[in-house]
Amino acid sequence: MIRFASRSLLALLLVLGACARSTSSREPLRWGGDAEGGAPFVEADPGDPTSLRGFDVEIATFIAQDLGREPRFVQVAWPSIEQSVTRGDFSIGMSGLEDRPALQARFAVSLPYYEFREVLAVRAADSARIHTLADLRGRRVGTLGATMAWEMLLAAKAEHGVEPVSYDDNVHPYSDLVNGRLDAVLLDHVIAERELRRTGGFVIQPTALARGHYVAVLAAGDSVLRDSVNATLLARMRDGSLERVFRSWGVWDAEQAAYQQRLLREAGVGRVLRASETPGVPVIATYLPALLRAALVTLLLSALAMTLAIVTGSALAAGRVYGARPIRVLLTVYVEVIRGTPVLLQLFVLYYGLSDVVRLPAFAAAVIGLGLNYAAYESEIYRAALQSIPPLQLEAARSLGLSEFQILRLVRGPQALRLALAPMTNDFVALLKDSSLVSVITVVELTKQTAIYATNAGSWAIPGALCAIVYLSMSLPLSHLARRLEQRWTVA
Amino acid sequence: MTRSDRGDIEITHASVSSSASAPIRVRALQAMRGGVLVLRGVDLDVAPGEVCAVMGVSGAGKTTVLRVVAALQPFDAGVVEVGGVTLSSGALPPESRLRALRRTVGVVFQSHALFEHLTALENVILAPMHALGQSRTDATATAMRLLDSLGVTARAQAYPRQLSGGEAQRVAIARALAPDPQFLLMDEPTSALDPARRAALGDSVRLLASQGRGLLIVTHDAEFARAYADRVVVLSHGSIAEQGAAAQVLSNPAHDATRELLA
Repeated sequence: MIRFASRSLLALLLVLGACARSTSSREPLRWGGDAEGGAPFVEADPGDPTSLRGFDVEIATFIAQDLGREPRFVQVAWPSIEQSVTRGDFSIGMSGLEDRPALQARFAVSLPYYEFREVLAVRAADSARIHTLADLRGRRVGTLGATMAWEMLLAAKAEHGVEPVSYDDNVHPYSDLVNGRLDAVLLDHVIAERELRRTGGFVIQPTALARGHYVAVLAAGDSVLRDSVNATLLARMRDGSLERVFRSWGVWDAEQAAYQQRLLREAGVGRVLRASETPGVPVIATYLPALLRAALVTLLLSALAMTLAIVTGSALAAGRVYGARPIRVLLTVYVEVIRGTPVLLQLFVLYYGLSDVVRLPAFAAAVIGLGLNYAAYESEIYRAALQSIPPLQLEAARSLGLSEFQILRLVRGPQALRLALAPMTNDFVALLKDSSLVSVITVVELTKQTAIYATNAGSWAIPGALCAIVYLSMSLPLSHLARRLEQRWTVA
Repeated sequence: MTRSDRGDIEITHASVSSSASAPIRVRALQAMRGGVLVLRGVDLDVAPGEVCAVMGVSGAGKTTVLRVVAALQPFDAGVVEVGGVTLSSGALPPESRLRALRRTVGVVFQSHALFEHLTALENVILAPMHALGQSRTDATATAMRLLDSLGVTARAQAYPRQLSGGEAQRVAIARALAPDPQFLLMDEPTSALDPARRAALGDSVRLLASQGRGLLIVTHDAEFARAYADRVVVLSHGSIAEQGAAAQVLSNPAHDATRELLA
């Protein structure tokens, strides 16, 4: 009887278990990547932009097939893929993610399924004399921020005096190389070869400066799913389907074949290759000087942009208050266009869109872009302040024989400034924070540096807190100064 | 410059440096406000050395006369001549064509209109420095003499909102006198003054006239006008109801508007 009951219970548990398995197998497999990263990893299919293609897309499909699930893609910005895995936005992150020790410490990481080489791209005229980072002393070298290549450039800055330039995407470094803003680009050979095919105009040096590996990233507790991913990767390597995928994307060569052979051999004896070139987990002390330098960039950039905004904004406001009708209309159009379009778009147009006409250095473009954007907002504050000065004050000044310009400079302007001070301070604090947008045009300021730190550390907790402290230590004294000035002027 | 033992104001400083011959002349002045005719053909003269009080109840149009003479507002018909500048009806001429007029006429506003962001002294030296090109040292010396003669030297570094009504008015007078104008226009100067200060102001007015300055004072204060004005012009509904020697008009009023003022 007892034996019967035990058998019945076991049968029930097996049925329930099967049901549970069949239920989970019907759930789609959510995986995340950045389609903006483009081919050959993940990109929108040019023939059908609603569907995706790329070798990571095909690998994700293999994994889902082997699990009996439907793959479902989740779009996420490349630097945030790992954080999204931690948040549980999707189970697997894959989009040319580089293996590094920090990942191993915080995530369940797949087998390194592809070995890439860090290669230098240079203009054809420089190909005979630039072969390594040591040949680039005092030269500008671009790469994607928060990558192994970026770390290599930082090391080369200390060792060889190279000037690293950080980008948020992997397309613009090559266009800037071609148009002379950069002297070289250090990136994965996969990306370099894609850009060479797409646009050309440069040469890829054959020597690999380092090697790294692409991996899939899963949450630390997802080791069971990670093992399934690894099983799929090994099986697809053995049956040659992974080779076919890489061949179809033009990223298969003899070195890759040798790498896979080595990987399969070592996986057979329980060892897995890991990147050895990547640096160790960064500690606060390592990144603090870089954060402080970036804070100085933020402060200098904001101060210069605000100065430009105040000067231009004052001229705009004066033109709108005193100018003839055509001037007023023209300035109103400027203000409305600038206020009605995103500052990010304006920065892109200024830096990349106008590069055929005027090739501004990144920092200058950032100052001008932010300054002219904020000028539109400042001008509205000043205009309102100018118009709120009582007419009798202006009549009194006129009756004394002052010219209109003298009245503006000596009477109306100073009184308006007192009214505008509070909103101006507000704007400057906002500008300090908005200055983080200029990382899209390669300026490494405080937020960008923090993102690099956070990506390498695998966490936003400490870098985020440090970053907040630095921002607050810049903005709080400013607010304090503004309050003191207001108090002083209230007496006046 | 001295102060009497009553604390009254005495201005013993400047005599008028510009030619004291040309009077203010207003002929057939008409002005509209909000579609309503507020001045209906006013003729008025103020000679150098003369104190002329323009009187009338509220809304009679007396402040409009002052503002037109000071070229602070346009008018609709008539002619105004001030300091060699002839103003015609229509829009005000550009400031560049009003320099002689500005140099000739100083204005003391009813609410004083001191510049709030400047100290009393800075208010007074502003025009001499920037409109007349005097050095800060010279402008400050003149300003301090004026403030002293008006009894407000101690308040030279105070900001307008720190001044009492009487102090603010005296600083406003100093500011108007600093460029040394031939005529001084004053709008309701006694409205914020206690009797002692009113008397002191009257003495100052007489002193300024004795120095050759012409004064056009808009007021509804009949007692002040009787004591200190040479001539009174009474306005009623935008027209001159009565005018003549102050003592004569205010002692024997011939028009209801004047009697209403004295009531």
